[in-house]
Amino acid sequence: MAMFDAFAAIVRRDLVLAMRRRSEIANPVLFFILVITLFPLGIGAQPKLLQAIAPGIIWVSALLATMLSLDSLFRSDFDDGSLEQILLSPHPTSILVLGKITAHWLTTGLPLLIVAPLLAVFLGMPNQSLSILLLTLFLGTPILSLIGAVGVALTVGLRRGGMILSLLVLPLYVPVLIFASNAVEMASTGLPVTAQINILISMLLMALVLAPWPTAAALKMSINS
Amino acid sequence: MFLVPDLVVRFFHRMASPPHFYAFSERLMPWLVVIFMLLAVTGLYGGLYLAPPDYQQGDSYRIIYIHVPSAWMSLFIYVVMAIAGAIGLIWRIKLAEIVMISSASVGASFTFIALVTGSLWGKPMWGTWWVWDARLTSELILLFLYLGIIGLYGAIDDKRTASKAVAILALVGVVNIPIIHYSVEWWNTLHQGPTVAKMDKPSIHVSMLTPLLLMALAFKVYYAIALILQARVELLQRERNSQWVKTKAVEEGGL
Repeated sequence: MAMFDAFAAIVRRDLVLAMRRRSEIANPVLFFILVITLFPLGIGAQPKLLQAIAPGIIWVSALLATMLSLDSLFRSDFDDGSLEQILLSPHPTSILVLGKITAHWLTTGLPLLIVAPLLAVFLGMPNQSLSILLLTLFLGTPILSLIGAVGVALTVGLRRGGMILSLLVLPLYVPVLIFASNAVEMASTGLPVTAQINILISMLLMALVLAPWPTAAALKMSINS
Repeated sequence: MFLVPDLVVRFFHRMASPPHFYAFSERLMPWLVVIFMLLAVTGLYGGLYLAPPDYQQGDSYRIIYIHVPSAWMSLFIYVVMAIAGAIGLIWRIKLAEIVMISSASVGASFTFIALVTGSLWGKPMWGTWWVWDARLTSELILLFLYLGIIGLYGAIDDKRTASKAVAILALVGVVNIPIIHYSVEWWNTLHQGPTVAKMDKPSIHVSMLTPLLLMALAFKVYYAIALILQARVELLQRERNSQWVKTKAVEEGGL
């Protein structure tokens, strides 16, 4: 039980910190909206074309927005030394790390879910695919946070980690992108998407179990250097 | 550990010591070069001269004698890298870290060669340099994974820490490679199916297959050569303050 308390304490602490710095929550969402607004401007306002590529646009933008927000996951804790305290605690580091990732998803992934329907309407996506879009975002964005955490943990000690981080993390995001945007595309033509959703669920479960582990190891390494 | 013969255990323990590896690799190198030359010359002679032209693709199929072995090596080296990384993380063997990081650039080169030869072959066969086909795409992503590893290693100044970071990344990558591969395959497929590794008879004639396998072996030996050359440089750089390197430098360079 003590382990769960520690997990909850980390989540609560990070949520409180995030509420005190609301701009950090707003940044990824604004970025998400802006990138999606840029696509019609770049491609031209052709409803048919936009509708066809809407799932891809939304998902690529979600990927980039998550990428952008990753740095805040461990950065401030690393700078002020609280990360060391977290690692020193008697509880398993992977559980505490999972707490941090959960809080990160609640503050950056969840807001994307809230604005996504609006943007889907912007791009003229058919109504029947809206629920699938939300479902894929709900299943997919936690995977992005979990995988991204490994990358951030590896680069948090570096002064110029940003560029390297995208090189490490984006290739690993490919499966999520493929299955999620394909599910939305299929749904908009009225085809069943159970297979894609099941695969996304299994990827989420795998990431939940496996990702905190290397993240904890990488954090220990970053702290020691 | 109990199942491994004593001799093998002792061999690995001795190889883990840098000066011993340095001396051993020096003695091994001429043999490797000879074996590589033999395999490559017979493989290329068989592939480019003896093997008949393909009934559909004519002579342009002969690029497989470079393309297929390098594609095989690109995956093989990533797995070697992950295994070496795990050994380095668990037993803290310095040499395993060096093997891992020296493999990265060799692996990236093989991946690049596989991509370039594939697109050279694709132009006459498919009529285009590049298609977003499953295997091409996953090979391209593999190249990004390699570049990420090389980039991360370069970004961290302390090389022992860098090796640890790279080992973690390689292990995460090796779990992901099958997932990426199958997701991309499911996403789109145009590449011709596998012709060699089928459970029943391979759909390639023996006269074409033998040189291919010879070339695959030659590439494996070439990888060993490139790996050892890289590892020796890396080893000297890391151990530059230790006594055996200083003695070596005095012996060879007359400092």
